[in-house]
Amino acid sequence: MTDSRESPGTGLGAPLVVLEDVNKHFGDLHVLKDINLTVHEGEVVVVIGPSGSGKSTLCRTINRLESYESGTITIHGDELPSEGKALATLRADVGMVFQSFNLFSHKTILENVTLGPIKVRRKKAAEAKQRAMELLTRVGVEHQAEKYPAQLSGGQQQRVAIARSLAMDPTVMLFDEPTSALDPEMINEVLDVMTSLAKSGMTMIVVTHEMGFARKAADRVVFMSDGAIVEENTPEEFFTNPQSDRAKDFLGKLLTH
Amino acid sequence: MLELIEQFNVLGAFWLNIRLAAVSFVLAMVLGTVIAILRLAPVSVLNWFGATYVTLLRNTPLTLIIVFANLGLWLQLGIEFVPREGNPNFILENNFWLAVLGLTVYHAAFICEAIRSGVNTIPVGQSEAARSIGLGFGQSLREVILPQAFRGGITPIGNVLIALIKNTTVAVAIGNREIAYQMRNMMEFRPDAGILIFLIVAIGFVILTLPVGLGTSWLSSKLAVKR
Repeated sequence: MTDSRESPGTGLGAPLVVLEDVNKHFGDLHVLKDINLTVHEGEVVVVIGPSGSGKSTLCRTINRLESYESGTITIHGDELPSEGKALATLRADVGMVFQSFNLFSHKTILENVTLGPIKVRRKKAAEAKQRAMELLTRVGVEHQAEKYPAQLSGGQQQRVAIARSLAMDPTVMLFDEPTSALDPEMINEVLDVMTSLAKSGMTMIVVTHEMGFARKAADRVVFMSDGAIVEENTPEEFFTNPQSDRAKDFLGKLLTH
Repeated sequence: MLELIEQFNVLGAFWLNIRLAAVSFVLAMVLGTVIAILRLAPVSVLNWFGATYVTLLRNTPLTLIIVFANLGLWLQLGIEFVPREGNPNFILENNFWLAVLGLTVYHAAFICEAIRSGVNTIPVGQSEAARSIGLGFGQSLREVILPQAFRGGITPIGNVLIALIKNTTVAVAIGNREIAYQMRNMMEFRPDAGILIFLIVAIGFVILTLPVGLGTSWLSSKLAVKR
């Protein structure tokens, strides 16, 4: 395993998200083991691994939806505050897209996207609405603006969730298995949005099972197993020439399907 | 029957029950929401305070609370809600507000629990999403959690309102001239019409509470949060 600070993709920009020796337990289960990971500005890091390997927990730890016991996580050099106003301020800069979309069920699509800008960024309603419509157009759901989340398909809801995150002008976006709850024919419409987002230079940390997306859009693939980062490399190297037995085994199972 | 209703001002007595219920319900909603927020807050002292309030008030008989409002708060501590000077109705008006106080603090405990049951209908992802766009605790509550909790809690809140309407009869214990007071009068002067008197009062309460049950069923399906 290479030292994360000299890992592939270093040419992209300054370090943005830095995890050092992060450890976390769920009871007796050691879900994150000495995690070291540096994500640079503009970099797209895809985290893959078998179920239960800790990749979702890793993603949720970065904006402290999960706490951790030891180690440090810094964003833009600032350590994650543990609670209160400072944590809310930090979360506003870190976009999060969930597996189950989590759109606010009682608000319209437009209200979902404008809530954060109005309440957190203190933007004027008209300005927030204009920006929200631009973003909804960008993800292709502008005609659904007045509907409620339950009236949209899963793929549309997830694209709205991406627009909701983008409306906060985040410095980094976290994707926690964004396509795992979608019907197969809706996966691509979400991946297309994510791919164009990656091309636009957004810093992204994506936990996914979509190997096609990892090959196409990732600058770096991080492979996790049993709570530890086992291997990280460029997509070509990782998929064609995995180093660890665990990664070879994982990829072997995927390919024989 | 009509003659009985007119002679003993049954409608006027019921009107007092309606006023007691309406004012107490509004105040109990406010107080109950505050207690619910204490119970949801990420501060253990506040949680403890909210839980203690609910445990104490929910498990104390309402009669005891209302009699305490009269004997303890007014007679002992001298707490008065309306001006005494030059007010011939001072006792009646003050008793009204003492009863409102008792009804409010008692039912606020149940409203709190009804709201919390509404909160339990909300998937955890809703508050995670609220936090992840940078909303603080208060903003998450106001914008995301409470609006959904009220909608999810309409039926249990309606149940509290129905209980509250019927519980206004306890206000007779401190001299409010509401329907239980009037029923006692009717029984005293017209013992021959006992069954009819019971029926009048019972039907009166059905007329008051039935629309609440129907209304909350209708509202809870109309306002249900579609997931």
